[in-house]
Amino acid sequence: MQTYYSDLLVVGAGLAGERMAIEAAVNGFDVICLSIVPARRSHSSAAQGGMQAALGNSVMGEGDSPDVHFADTVKGSDWGADQECARLFVENAPIEMRQLCAWGVPWNRVQAGKDYYFKGGERFEKEEKKEKEGLITARNFGGTAKWRTCYTSDGTGHAVMCTLDNRAAQLGIRIMDRKEAIALIHDGSVCTGAVVRCLRTGQLEVFRAKATAMATGGFGRIYKATTNAVICDGGGHIIAMDTGVVPLGNPEAIQFHPTGIVPTDILVTEGCRGDGGTLLDVNEERFMQIYEPEKAELASRDVVSRRMTEHMRAGKGVPSPYGEHLWLDIRHLGDKHISTKLREVDDICKHFLAIDPRVQLIPVRPTQHYTMAGLRTNKDGACYGMKGLFAAGEVACWDMHGFNRLGGNSLAETCVAGGIVGKKIVEFLQGYEVSFGTKEAHDAVAKQQDRINALIKRRNGGENVYEVRGILQQAMMDHCFVFRNHEGLSKCIDILQEALGRARKVGLTSDGKGVNHELAAALKLEGQIKLGLCIAKAALERTESRGSHNREDYPERNDRDWLNRTLAVWPEGADMPSLSYEDATKVFELPPGDRGYGGGKIIPADPAKISGKSAVEAGNENGEDAKSGGAKSGSKKKS
Amino acid sequence: MGRKLQFEIFRFNPQDPLSVPRMQTYFLEETDKMTLYIALNRLREEQDPSLIFDFCCRAGICGACAMVINGRPGLACQTQTKDQPAKIILHPLPVFKLIGDLSVDTGVWFREMYNKTESWIHTNKVIDPHQQEERMENEVAEQIYELERCIECGCCIAACGTARMRDDFMGAAALNRIARFMVDPRDERSEDDFFEVIGTDAGIFGCMGLLGCEDVCPKQLPLQNQLGYLRRKMGITAVKQLVPALGKIKLDKLKIGKFIPGGDK
Repeated sequence: MQTYYSDLLVVGAGLAGERMAIEAAVNGFDVICLSIVPARRSHSSAAQGGMQAALGNSVMGEGDSPDVHFADTVKGSDWGADQECARLFVENAPIEMRQLCAWGVPWNRVQAGKDYYFKGGERFEKEEKKEKEGLITARNFGGTAKWRTCYTSDGTGHAVMCTLDNRAAQLGIRIMDRKEAIALIHDGSVCTGAVVRCLRTGQLEVFRAKATAMATGGFGRIYKATTNAVICDGGGHIIAMDTGVVPLGNPEAIQFHPTGIVPTDILVTEGCRGDGGTLLDVNEERFMQIYEPEKAELASRDVVSRRMTEHMRAGKGVPSPYGEHLWLDIRHLGDKHISTKLREVDDICKHFLAIDPRVQLIPVRPTQHYTMAGLRTNKDGACYGMKGLFAAGEVACWDMHGFNRLGGNSLAETCVAGGIVGKKIVEFLQGYEVSFGTKEAHDAVAKQQDRINALIKRRNGGENVYEVRGILQQAMMDHCFVFRNHEGLSKCIDILQEALGRARKVGLTSDGKGVNHELAAALKLEGQIKLGLCIAKAALERTESRGSHNREDYPERNDRDWLNRTLAVWPEGADMPSLSYEDATKVFELPPGDRGYGGGKIIPADPAKISGKSAVEAGNENGEDAKSGGAKSGSKKKS
Repeated sequence: MGRKLQFEIFRFNPQDPLSVPRMQTYFLEETDKMTLYIALNRLREEQDPSLIFDFCCRAGICGACAMVINGRPGLACQTQTKDQPAKIILHPLPVFKLIGDLSVDTGVWFREMYNKTESWIHTNKVIDPHQQEERMENEVAEQIYELERCIECGCCIAACGTARMRDDFMGAAALNRIARFMVDPRDERSEDDFFEVIGTDAGIFGCMGLLGCEDVCPKQLPLQNQLGYLRRKMGITAVKQLVPALGKIKLDKLKIGKFIPGGDK
């Protein structure tokens, strides 16, 4: 058995994965990063818009600070966020942007002088200051009080991915692509590596490490219509949940992006609306300002997606052979802006819609985009329930996003949290030793080899993997989408229960030899259906509407009963997840209130419960992080 | 009713001792807005689950799905079937090692390239990220990004006459990478340093100027300009190294032209 050893094994080589790897490597630890695709193809590279950080260099960001960013983030989360993590994030974000700059990211910079911009289809003027010229600039994004999103054209994820991967190459980190972790090696309480299927040969290999860090991104692919890359299939969540002890935090918190294109579901960036693009209905009229007078198109994503759905339900959708949609209008932004700052959007329109966004409207509708749901970790990024297992980025529920994340906050999170968790992993590794038993590796490999043999020999049956997966993907669209209700969610659970039974009887049609994709799909099918069941069950239990979780039968946000986080674990051999709950946050810097957009009624929490936790000085116990939050605004104000 | 598309697909699974390289025929009815991403996935899910090919972002952003489509390297995800004849012939990219059917190993090739070109910022400055960042003109940032847009799909290497003849040729992707760092003021490498990397027949002097690279680049990178610029610049560096006195002559007097990334088109 081919066996590799390292101090740290990172599963996933997107931004969060490589950022953790870099932190460990510069501190002298031996790191291996696994990736199912060459690192730069990771889905991080598809993020177009940018990274939020309160640098405040643009004139439109004047007066910004980590405190303002914090308030935006917590409001955006509909008070579902862990406020300690949100604070760590906003304080470190500006520092991380400068770190990335030093490593080579070609951030767009402030250009002094007068310029114009669009908002709500109207043209306004701004004048950037001479003393800020050449510093990192920012664009506007939804749900924010200031222009705060640092960017590189509309290829921010790509540019940062190139930079981090370059840095990893410089440090000599072993980035091994076409390797898929299919099980963790553990004894029920300590993780010591992974069983990995080589996607060049199909062979199983063993990777042992003192610490293992998950950075495998989201799991949008369990939905039929998603903006996610085909690799965002939940593989990382599945192997962590398979331990039976690591919980998924807030499975019901799934984001639907307002502007997936129709058909093909490819994303066009929120930068389109941030830069002044508008949403139009069947009559080619704006409508968002009717629902959201204050923020209009730039309310948070959950709200815009909900309002778009309401508007289509009111008969204002544009009919098409691919179902109803609305229009995104960026015509007024002009050729220069579209050719430089929205270049990927231009390319996508040309290649996938055969339209020119300078003169034509872009067909869009809410599409699955992001999983706030993820492996629940503490603020150090350590997974609950399993020593030596960490997670960062979209795979994790760290949890700064709560029930809705803001555009530009997740791409920033990959690097900011990657850096913070990377440092914590370094602390963990210092002085930590572990014994690698050969038996536990042998047993783990034997178990996986047996699963593979059963699929190839059709020992459990001949169900078709793609057919069963299709049932899952359709059920998620039908019942776990923008709006949810008791009846639909109950039905969804029934459908998925049946699908789970069928998934356990899948057999391959092909021979499974070498890098066989049918086998890869079959290996994770059961786990994907379990993820779907976690979403449906958690959504059914949560009898309120919060952020992206909208219950038609419970439209109020209920802080009295539901100001908490769902934790779903899947005990071995069970047919349903078991759910428990923890408080949304240990500390309330910002007590629950009105977001200022989205409307809706709030059932207030018991004031004693909130004030008991609003210890202003609680903040960071670990001086290290507090120190690194150098961005001048150290005080933890309540706003 | 759409057209009946005939696919001729290269098949070979190196992991199967019984497999022999061959072409295999499939048929599929064309649907509206069908891309090769849709078509190939339908073939795999409905007709032949043993088919090996790669997709990732399926939006023309990540570069995973490059293959030879009716004789021309391109990204399968953004290839619409309506722009192709009813018979669509698919081969894996040449030059790169075959993984199976239409899938090739670009990952190892490009990681070697990062090491050859030392694809990172070389600087002796110690930067404290707690302090304000160094300023840069926005125009310079845009010039860097223009060249940073490479998605490492491998099309330029597959379409390169020199790369087909010599294994050690760095190809347009690597030369473009060098150009990216030459424009970046944060990188302190000198012209002599860059000459060390690309001043050979495996580097810029191996380019025969056929420019297939630019023709097939799915991101329309200005490869022709870059190769021309590097060739002149490295040529002069070579002469300067031979005749040290020339080093005192200002480059602009030699009329090597002004470097405009993306210009000239």
